[in-house]
This record gives sequence, structure tokens and C-alpha cells, in this order.
Amino acid sequence: MAHAHTSTFKNPVVNWIDQRLPIFTMLDKEYGTFPTPRNFNYFWNFGALAMFVLATMIVSGVVLAMHYTANTGLAFNSVERIMRDVNWGWMIRYIHANGASMFFIVVYIHILRGFLYGSYKKPRELLWILGVVIFLLMMATAFMGYVLPWGQMSFWGATVITNLFSAVPVVGESIVTLLWGGFSVDNPTLNRFFALHYLLPFVIFAVVFLHVAALHITGSNNPLGIEPKGPQDTLPFHPYYTTKDLFGLSLFLIFFAAFVFFAPNYLGHPDNYIPADPLVTPPHIVPEWYFLPFYGILRSITFNIGLPFSEIVLIPAKLGGVIAMFASILIWVLMPWLDRSPVKSYRFRPLYKWWVLMLIIAFGMLLYAGGKPAEQPYVLVGQIGTFLYFLFFVGLPVISSIERPLPLPTSIAQSVLGGGRVAATAAANPMEKA
Amino acid sequence: MRRLRSLIVAGLLGLAGTNGALAAESVVPPHQEWAHGGVNSFLSMFKTFDYAAAQRGFQVYKEVCSACHSMDLVAYRNLTGIGFTEEQVKAIAAQYEIQDGPNDQGEMFTRPGLPADHFKKPFPNKQAAAAANGGKAPPDLSLMVKAREHFEDYVYAILTGYEEAPADHPIPDGTHYNKYFPGHAIAMPAPLFEDGVTYADGTKATIAQQAHDVVTFLAWAAEPHLVDRRSTGVKVILFLVVFAGIMYAAKRRVWADVH
Repeated sequence: MAHAHTSTFKNPVVNWIDQRLPIFTMLDKEYGTFPTPRNFNYFWNFGALAMFVLATMIVSGVVLAMHYTANTGLAFNSVERIMRDVNWGWMIRYIHANGASMFFIVVYIHILRGFLYGSYKKPRELLWILGVVIFLLMMATAFMGYVLPWGQMSFWGATVITNLFSAVPVVGESIVTLLWGGFSVDNPTLNRFFALHYLLPFVIFAVVFLHVAALHITGSNNPLGIEPKGPQDTLPFHPYYTTKDLFGLSLFLIFFAAFVFFAPNYLGHPDNYIPADPLVTPPHIVPEWYFLPFYGILRSITFNIGLPFSEIVLIPAKLGGVIAMFASILIWVLMPWLDRSPVKSYRFRPLYKWWVLMLIIAFGMLLYAGGKPAEQPYVLVGQIGTFLYFLFFVGLPVISSIERPLPLPTSIAQSVLGGGRVAATAAANPMEKA
Repeated sequence: MRRLRSLIVAGLLGLAGTNGALAAESVVPPHQEWAHGGVNSFLSMFKTFDYAAAQRGFQVYKEVCSACHSMDLVAYRNLTGIGFTEEQVKAIAAQYEIQDGPNDQGEMFTRPGLPADHFKKPFPNKQAAAAANGGKAPPDLSLMVKAREHFEDYVYAILTGYEEAPADHPIPDGTHYNKYFPGHAIAMPAPLFEDGVTYADGTKATIAQQAHDVVTFLAWAAEPHLVDRRSTGVKVILFLVVFAGIMYAAKRRVWADVH
């Protein structure tokens, strides 16, 4: 007799299935009894929110794809047909268009959580790196999705961004031709972008699976940044964090719905309601808001980098901008090694606290400057933002080495439940218990 | 107030200036009051279109704008959305000769318009439209209100913004000075005139009135599901608020024993 998995579910059907394919055992282990630190704050909702938005985007996107036509002559009108004639088409499209913005809002907060609480540190380095991969895939997917309605910003955004690759030495032009499927952004470009825009979310889904799998090996980080030492420090995921996530999700959905139903075009650009016209360039080509910080970095490199005291240009400004832009994200991968502090949470790190605030301010400056025309004083704001952004990473090994961290609580349970300074604060503020 | 509102929203998201600055020469159009609150207004969830104005606006489009501007995305049947009856829509559509075909003899023919037809274009193609209008085809108006910064206010400002060109700002021949057009030199001559249309409901057809009416019509054309969208949104958000309350109570209950 072959081996069957030992299951003890009450429902005989569930038991029968589980003995042969233990998915119920797995679900129970990973989402039922999964030991989760008991001290999460609401920052820890955003992973679940991101998962929810990904699912929303895939479902709404598949429905849109049933009505959309990837052809330069038909794309714009097919989107308008969805908006006007398809039952609830306006709602599905506005959910999808605003969902992209929501995805980035949620993921930016999720990433910020990682920076604040040191979620990238040992043993979670690979978990963090998979997150960076997801973010890069998201950017590619969102960029190609924005091209599909074939409005003016779609077309010109695609032209500007794909042209960046021409800065790559030697093979740059070939890469651009390959991306375009020809010698300008045209029908082949739209077709391949549609195919890839449909494909990549499923790749994201697969990497998210790995991200969650890695998370379930190391367990979650928590606001204190100290690892759970035993059952007194954790709670089963269900029902404690299922209820907390559902409450957070319902608040998030109110925010999301406010955009979808009351200001669905607030985050978009009016020019994308003008059909693409290769002969008319819009006065200001701006990407979607969630790319602006990186666009800001790209545009901040306004100077060639050459050998000092000579005319030799090593890196022309355009290539420098492209390198800086990609480096600004890829450098996240190095975070576990740039940060030398053994302490994870910013709460116990007197220097890092301010250092990470500088990163947030730099990000805000770049977001602002990226949306403005390339003229002063915006260029300067962008350049200062770029400098501070990279200073965060370059200076981090030093900052984290000279820092004298505050003493850590002995355990999560001790900090949350018993004696000491932290407990006193919690008692003074009963809302914090909620 | 509106500015304050958008500042707050922009501030919340840290997005001030997302849409980029307008060209240096353009002037921010003054804010107008719209019965529907504007297609992109956050806090107008209970407002609907002024349907009488939208119907008058359709008349302005039909008698004035449609001489040059198409509205490809709108069909006659859609006009029930601004309160025309099906009979009225049939009658409106039937006023137009629409080319159809080929028939079983392989020939094109014309027939009276049907509600399912989209608005008849003033020119057979883009080239003809450009040739008749100094080299540049007049833009389609179906989405005009959503396709410009400042939305309704901008279109209204353009329609009412014609002035004598100031001496220090000469404009090229064949263009017209408009205070609100980026660069001020617009190819479209002033389209609206005092009593240029005669309203059946007795409303006095001032330029401002016609502009207000036609912009209301264009706002509806750009966002025909606006009212549906808002009323659905109110229900969705009411539901979510109750749902969030229940989830909060459930969460409190579950967590009560661990604190």
C-alpha cells in the first residue's frame, strides 16, 4: 500500500482529498496556525493589500482584454467602447487604471516598512531581493499597460522610455529596434507590449509565491526587529491577523473606491484622452506619477562625466541618467550588506532614524521634481534629491558602523505584555492596544 | 475652495504637480460653477448634470460646432442619456443622411440616420477636414472636456476668451487671439455669437449661456456614465464603511483575549 498523508480533518471529503494532496494541511500550516509575531502594527497590512491589488488587477485586466483591440488604428476606440458601451466597462477600466496607482501606493508603503524596520536583514535577504524583483516587474508591467490605450501620453511615454535604451553603448540601437519591433513606436510595439502586459502579471504572481514562500521559512519581521523566541511571542495567523488584515483591507478599499467612483482621472493625464499622433508632440511628456521619482533621477544627470582636466567624455549625460535610474533601484539589493548594524528596527537606532528620514525626503523631492518641466529650480531640486537619495546608500555602512543602538527588549512578549518602559507607554495610550 | 481641495488631495498623496506645468504662456482658466460639479471633482458625489442645459448644449453643438468638429464616439441613441425620448432620438437621427453600404449590388447608398448611427462627421476624412480648415483638422469633441487640463473650465474659457490681440502680442495671419489658449493664437475663429442659436425653452442665448450649455453637453459626452458612477460609488462606500465597522468589531473581539 502506498503512503497516504496523515490527515485528521473532521469533514470526510476534506480528509479524503488531504490524504492524497495535503493542500488543506498546507493552508492550515501556512495561514491557520502559522506563528506570527504578536506585535505587528498596521504597516504589516500592506503585504496582504498588495496581494489583493495584484489579484484585482489580474481579474479586471482579463475582462478588459476580452474587449480590447491591440491595433494602433483601433486601440483607442476599443478602450472608449469599454468606457461607453460595455456593461460596467467604465467601472472595470477605472478599477484597473486606478488599481495601478493603488498597487504602487501600497507597494511603496510596503517597501518603506522594510526600510524602517530592517526587514531586509539576515535571515531575510533573499525575501527582500525577491521583493525588488517584483517591484521591477511591476514597473515594466505598469509601463506597458499605460501604452495600451494608445493616447498621446501612451505613445510619447513609450517613445521617451524605450529611447532610453539607445544610451547603452554598442548594442543600444539594436535593443531599441527589438523593443519597437521596427524603427519607431508603432503597431508591432503595441502588439508586443500587450502580449507582455498580459504575461508579466503571472510572472509577478510566481515571484510573489516565492516571496511568500521565503517569508514562511524565516517568519515575519516585526516592529521591534527582534526575532520571536517562543510561542509566547507569537499568535496564530488565523484569526488574529486574518481579522486585522480584513479590517485594514476594508479601509484601503474605501480609499480605492473614492478614486474609482469620484475622481477616476485624478491620477491620470488629460493628454491620454487624445488619440496618439506621431506628428504632434505634447508640450510636457510626463510618465505616470509612480514613476516620477525615478524619472526625476534620470533627468537630474544633466552633465557628462569625463576624465578631469580633459575633453574625454566617459559617460555622456543620457547614459549617466539611465545608469543612475536603474542603479537607484538595483542598489536596494545591496541593503542587507550596506547596513552593518545588528539592530533591525529604526526605533532602537538613533542615527539610522534620521538617515532613513533623509531617504524619504529625497524620494519626495524627486517625486515633485520629476513631474515638473526640465527647468530651474526643478532641476536643482531633482539634483539635490538624487544626491541625498544615493547618499543614503553610500553613507549607510559608515552610519551603521558608528551608531550606538539603544538596548533591545529581551523579548516581544516582555515588551508587549510585561513591565518596562514600552508597556508603560502602551498603558498610557489604550488605543495602541486595539 | 476647489483649489484648497485639490491641494489637500495632492498633499496627501505627495503628488503636487503631477500633471506638470502648463506652457508658460497659458493662463489658468477661471473656475465656473457646474451643476454636475465637474467631471473630475472629488466632492460632487450627489450632483447630476443639468439636463436642460445639456439639451440646449446639444443644440449649440448641432447648429454651430458640428460644422467643423466631429464627435465620433457618441451615437444618437446615447442622447437618451441627457433626457431625450426614444422618439425624439429617432427624429434627430433621421435629420441626417448617412452613407451606408455596400448593398447587394455592391453600391454605396445613403439613408436617413438611425439611433444606432454615430454622430455624422462634418468631413469624410481627416485630410478633407484639414484641407477645409487651414491645414489642421479640428479636433474631435467626444472627449474634449477630459482631454484638457482644467476640464470644463478650460473649454468654457476658450469659447468665451476671444479678444482683440494686444499690440505687443502680434499673432500670425489666419489665427485669432484667445486669452486662454496656450500661446494665444488659435486657428478657430470665435464660434459663438449673441443669439447665434434660438433656444426653444426661451433661454436667452448669450455667448456665456451658449458656452455654458455646450460645455455641459460636452462634459456629458466625455463622461456619459458620470451620474451612474457617482451613485454606484456612494453605495459602494456606504457598504464599505459598514463592512469596515463590522471588521473592526470582529478584530477587537478576537484580539480581546491576548492583551
